[in-house]
Amino acid sequence: MITIDLRLLEEIRDHGREAYPEECCGALLGTGRDGPALVTRVERMRNSRGEERRRRYTIDPLEYVRIERQADEEGIEVLGFYHSHPDHPARPSEYDRERAFPFFHYVVLGVAAGQPGDVGSFVLSEDRGVFEREELSIEAPEGVTHA
Amino acid sequence: MPKVLLPTPLRPFAEGAASVEVSGGTVTDALESLVSRYQGLRNHLYDDAGKLRSFVNVYRNDEDIRYLQKGETPLSDRDALSIIPSIAGGAPEDAALSNEEIRRYSRHLIMPEVGMEGQKKLKAARVLAIGTGGLGSPLSLYLAAAGVGTIGLVDFDVVDDSNLQRQVLFSTGDVGRPKLAAATERLRGINPHVEVVPFEERLTSENALEIFRDFDIVADGTDNFPTRYLVNDACVFTGKPNVYASIFRFEGQASIFWAEKGPCYRCLYPEPPPPGLVPSCAEGGVLGILPGLLGVIQATETIKLILDSGDPLVGRLLLVDALSMRFRELKLRKNPECVVCGPHPTVTKLVDYEAFCGIQPEAAASSNGVPEISVEELKALRDRTAPFVLVDVREPHEFAISSFPESVKIPLGTLPEHLNELSSADDIVVHCKSGGRSAKAVQLLRQAGFRKVRNLAGGINRYAEVIDPSIPRY
Repeated sequence: MITIDLRLLEEIRDHGREAYPEECCGALLGTGRDGPALVTRVERMRNSRGEERRRRYTIDPLEYVRIERQADEEGIEVLGFYHSHPDHPARPSEYDRERAFPFFHYVVLGVAAGQPGDVGSFVLSEDRGVFEREELSIEAPEGVTHA
Repeated sequence: MPKVLLPTPLRPFAEGAASVEVSGGTVTDALESLVSRYQGLRNHLYDDAGKLRSFVNVYRNDEDIRYLQKGETPLSDRDALSIIPSIAGGAPEDAALSNEEIRRYSRHLIMPEVGMEGQKKLKAARVLAIGTGGLGSPLSLYLAAAGVGTIGLVDFDVVDDSNLQRQVLFSTGDVGRPKLAAATERLRGINPHVEVVPFEERLTSENALEIFRDFDIVADGTDNFPTRYLVNDACVFTGKPNVYASIFRFEGQASIFWAEKGPCYRCLYPEPPPPGLVPSCAEGGVLGILPGLLGVIQATETIKLILDSGDPLVGRLLLVDALSMRFRELKLRKNPECVVCGPHPTVTKLVDYEAFCGIQPEAAASSNGVPEISVEELKALRDRTAPFVLVDVREPHEFAISSFPESVKIPLGTLPEHLNELSSADDIVVHCKSGGRSAKAVQLLRQAGFRKVRNLAGGINRYAEVIDPSIPRY
């Protein structure tokens, strides 16, 4: 399970809307590698794909190193990454599953005709066998849990 | 010794360490030293053929080893080897059509409104049909034939003789089989390119959101109010369109309830009718072809939503009268006070819809102050020719289907005017088709002062089933 504040989710949705028709991507930072994961910050990252950005994203390895070092310095964790699926539902593709790492949370946002829609979070099992949907708990700013 | 820097997701496999000292003079040796110490890492770094996975980057200090000497890149004690995940992914591949599919869908493909693009949208679409009865049958048959890629079906019933008059998914030979087994076989027979996902369970507040999650469109083909409100609310909460239809005798209604674009079912009907006021098809009957008409309207609207073309039935209620063969349309508006889709909702999660619709659990209902007699007890009474009066409160056209020869026939609606034909001194047993109307009759008689009056549990149909198979069931 991963918990995210509604305002941070809105940042992801905004990013998906702005990047449309291309895929957006970014990092989920927060606390709780050993306990319940709580996103405290999202950081936009550049989709470094040269082509096919409408259906693929890649985060540059050195950008990954940068964000991980930054998190280490701040005493927080890289919890995972988000990306959008323009005109496709918020379900992971086989391509997503093949490239996933365990323990990371992968948040996928469906963007249909430019409008952000469904959102889901997925985790890879330790044996790489299944890429499963996990509970995505959205905290309203007042602290009320919706879903 | 050189050290290996591990990324966050791989640290748990190395007892949480971010940095591990290893031995080895080359990258390959160093990584081998790493995975032999931490076996759990192997599967994430190497594929089944023993090659480094394509999305695992290895850097010596700040340089990618792919641009150095790859695995043979030498390492000194001062070097740091970084394992860096390549974070990548993307949307699912567009569903390409095989040659066989192109032949199958050629009448679609030559229409500019569908074409290759539209047919791929159909293939990528995921539609959930609630119920595989009168409406769900034509709906799912046409969706499968049209090439909707994934069709979910929710039902837990068994095929009954009385289904065959309208539920065209099923054949005579399917009677007694679980509906989903028969439906899945039939749909796959029509189109093997379609994935049928069966949910053999009752849709409940506990499972609805989970079942809805992986579908884009929900089509409600249920015949009861609790499920109808449940489907509506779950669609509002998940933001999915609810392609709706309902039928009764010669009349039907259809609409798309989609809170993000228009009204929901509760905007139209904030409260359910009192239980028993609106008869179900089992109680009131339905012209067999009517669900065909309405189910195909649901299928049409579903396909239009997938293709994103035409003018969907959002905000419009289509009224179909098969007897006069007239189609009328009512404009529906979003209710700003709607408790579920309005700006200030008071219903924010799924509730107990049986209770909301005033329906008591079966056990409680049967002991609802109405004394009952079982079919076995009735048989004993009849065999002894004991002095008692059997009253049949069904409609005259039902007497023609089945009846007890000795019964007094007084349709429920006329019972108040015929009380003087009954004596409160007699033992009275009241029956109908399956026990619902006769329970009301018993209540009415008790209010009128009759004390020795009982309801036949399960009605004449139960008697036919358990006691006397020569009596037809309907």
